[in-house]
Amino acid sequence: MENNLIAITTLCSHYEIEFSFIDALRKTGLIQIVIIEQDQFIDQDQISELEKMIRLHNELNVNIEGIDVIFNLLEKEKELREELSALKNRLRLFEED
Amino acid sequence: MAFINYYKILGVSKTATEKEIKASYRKLARKYHPDLNPDNKKAELKFKEINEANQVLSDPENRKKYDKYGEDWKRGEESEKAQQQYQSQNRSRQQDFSDREYSDFFESMFGGRASSRQSHYTKFKGQDYHAELHLDLKDAYTTHKQLLTVNNTKIRLTIPAGVENDQVIKIKGKGGEGLNGGPDGDLYIKFIINNQTQFKRDGNNLYSNVNIDLYTSLLGEEIMVDTFNGKVKLKIAPETQNETKVKLKGKGFPVYKKKDAFGDLIITYHIKTPTHLREKEKELFKELQKLG
Repeated sequence: MENNLIAITTLCSHYEIEFSFIDALRKTGLIQIVIIEQDQFIDQDQISELEKMIRLHNELNVNIEGIDVIFNLLEKEKELREELSALKNRLRLFEED
Repeated sequence: MAFINYYKILGVSKTATEKEIKASYRKLARKYHPDLNPDNKKAELKFKEINEANQVLSDPENRKKYDKYGEDWKRGEESEKAQQQYQSQNRSRQQDFSDREYSDFFESMFGGRASSRQSHYTKFKGQDYHAELHLDLKDAYTTHKQLLTVNNTKIRLTIPAGVENDQVIKIKGKGGEGLNGGPDGDLYIKFIINNQTQFKRDGNNLYSNVNIDLYTSLLGEEIMVDTFNGKVKLKIAPETQNETKVKLKGKGFPVYKKKDAFGDLIITYHIKTPTHLREKEKELFKELQKLG
């Protein structure tokens, strides 16, 4: 499992972000941080979501609360899109008669 | 190559201040940003447009050049030719995106990526690619391998049995190359399943209609019916009613990524009453009617 972990310090220097930003995301529950012997890590599965958060923050000036709202709405939108797709498929049962 | 009105794209006047341009760009970016509009090609194109407009108008040098040559950019292009040649020689290799980042108009004026104050957008994930793969329902019934060519890259894809219509799978890192050391984008493949069979599909279940004649429905009989992968013998009970449904367990569609698991096949009986009755038959039916 530890192979999949990336040190927060590495992330901060790679993405040129402050540790406080990562910590604020953690406090809001947007990311999870793993602590091993006082070092902090993030699982690589969370990287693509983290990158999205960084882009929203840097490019659109969205604050942490805004990112939280956006992620919740995007999740709902995804669920609705999946539901719509499933319903379209079911509708085909009747349309093809 | 058409002239692009960057002011119109950002919805600002030609006399707009830097602050107004920035505010307008931010507002539009918040509306069309790809992260906020997943799987939305129109928004992605719009975002590229406003990004390009912002790169020109938010940079005093670029804006000056754009304002100077404006619609008459062709003349400007000539005068800038020598300078551009120099720039292109020194520019690092451009990425091989299928959808280019900038319009032809932009590249003719500014020679690819503009010198810009936007350079703080350093590491940027490569573009996500979206592709559609059309399969027949029969193909989706079995796990099979398929070789795809996406932007001149060959990808061997294993398509698990049971894939759904409109289902999207992500292939990590097979999208566009990352910018400035950023990670590569992902490839999203959407499956479009065409159904030319007699079966209708709802998730893992299949549905089909079977016609039986009046006598079979009244007296019962064994018949052979088609399933998706062959025929099975079915016993029709005497006095079967029209629209009776029979469930054949495990004769439906394979469950996605679940080995040896299948949905059900639901058969609906449609009773066809006889037509063109002969006199003798009519008499017999009348006798039956009297008995009833």
